[in-house]
Amino acid sequence: MTRTIHLSLDINGRRHDLDIEPRVTLLDALREHLALTGTKKGCDQGQCGACTCHVDGSRVLSCLTLAAQVEGRQITTIEGIAAENGELHPVQAAFVEHDAFQCGYCTPGQIMSAVACIREGHAGSDEEIREYMSGNLCRCGAYNSIVAAVREAAEMA
Amino acid sequence: MRDFSYLRASSADEARQAATQAGIMLLAGGTTLLDLAKCGVMEPETVVDITHLSGLGGIEVDENGARIGALAKMGQVADHAGIRAAFPAVSESLSLAASAQLRNMATIGGNLLQRTRCSYFREPDVFPACHKRNPGSGCSALGGVTRNHAVLGTSDTCIASYPGDLAIALVAFDAKVELGGRTVPVDDFFLLPGNTPERETVLERGEMITAITVPASAAAKNSTYLKVRDRQSYEFAAASAAVGLEFEADGRTVRDIRVALGGVATKPWRARGVEQALIGKVLNAETIETASRLAMEGAVSHGANHYKIELAPRVVARAILKVGGLA
Repeated sequence: MTRTIHLSLDINGRRHDLDIEPRVTLLDALREHLALTGTKKGCDQGQCGACTCHVDGSRVLSCLTLAAQVEGRQITTIEGIAAENGELHPVQAAFVEHDAFQCGYCTPGQIMSAVACIREGHAGSDEEIREYMSGNLCRCGAYNSIVAAVREAAEMA
Repeated sequence: MRDFSYLRASSADEARQAATQAGIMLLAGGTTLLDLAKCGVMEPETVVDITHLSGLGGIEVDENGARIGALAKMGQVADHAGIRAAFPAVSESLSLAASAQLRNMATIGGNLLQRTRCSYFREPDVFPACHKRNPGSGCSALGGVTRNHAVLGTSDTCIASYPGDLAIALVAFDAKVELGGRTVPVDDFFLLPGNTPERETVLERGEMITAITVPASAAAKNSTYLKVRDRQSYEFAAASAAVGLEFEADGRTVRDIRVALGGVATKPWRARGVEQALIGKVLNAETIETASRLAMEGAVSHGANHYKIELAPRVVARAILKVGGLA
């Protein structure tokens, strides 16, 4: 039996209504139902960080969060962090400046994680950045540039 | 992942009432339940979301100890100034666990209820035999790749290692789990696999963890959690130790010491033999090394996990040297 529930989600300051099965994760709701494909599906098991989003400002894995759980919360995705006029978020700009990617698949998750990492006050040194960004894997191995980008963005924040 | 219904609990009583029925599971951070549902290991018919309940997420610390609400997040407890000051091993065990994202999601109650699991348990399609998933079906780990499996507390039915970090620190400092109607020491909360590996805790259907309490002590205040693993971060322990120490007034004789091990046993493992061997002794490299070997009393190797029998006493010794100011 397929059950459907109605949800109203607050994503990037906009209300989105959708009818989905209760088992649909926030990640699948974003990508498959709302065409917000900036958030990436890597492992889909909480091991890679590619799906990192913010819920009430806190970084979480959207692949292990049910969409139904976050009704009433404020959700922010990679599509929601640049300014209205299109100006990049300082962390986005720092990633471009430092060439902090190769294939780019992990980048939205890296950036969402880094924005929160800086806000949490966990970006005080390269060592601390590496520890607190360890939930975001980069199979291309762009870690040195990612750390440099996060450090520069943290120093400017 | 099998389809299920979703309910939001409006009170703790409603959640407990719902959880008396088979097929209904409480959903907090979801980091274990949804992961294992995707693996086909957990198949709830209904999940009852308790994350919106108020009054269960507080963290209070005073001179008598700490009380941590079941819905407090791992990251909140790790960064709490009072916890860091009075229980450094508790804070460190959480900071060194999982990733920042998972620590923002996973709750303290859910952390204690994460499954004791191995890679064979996680793959029912490839490895149908697992006494924990399906009692009586066999064990794919015995005779398999056992590098990450337990050497202490194992049985003929299960050798999966308890994977958590927090409970190692909790068991070292005599923490208790509040279950609403009753309170259970963390050490008694977890069960050895024995012949019933599918049952990992004493939690009964219809019960829910509401809080954890940790009594204050000089040993807890002078404590550390040392975690050794295959990669530097975001990895389970190959071996870990929560250690706390209080000296006599002379500053070198042991008055109180607590030692618990992670990554090597089927449940959070209090190493009382090590503690008893050191109480009343003057700490030095030799007494520490001799006592630390007692941590592995009764250890059984299953092949590739043999290294843990050598590694764990060294981790214990290093942690004692650190809290003793000898490192």
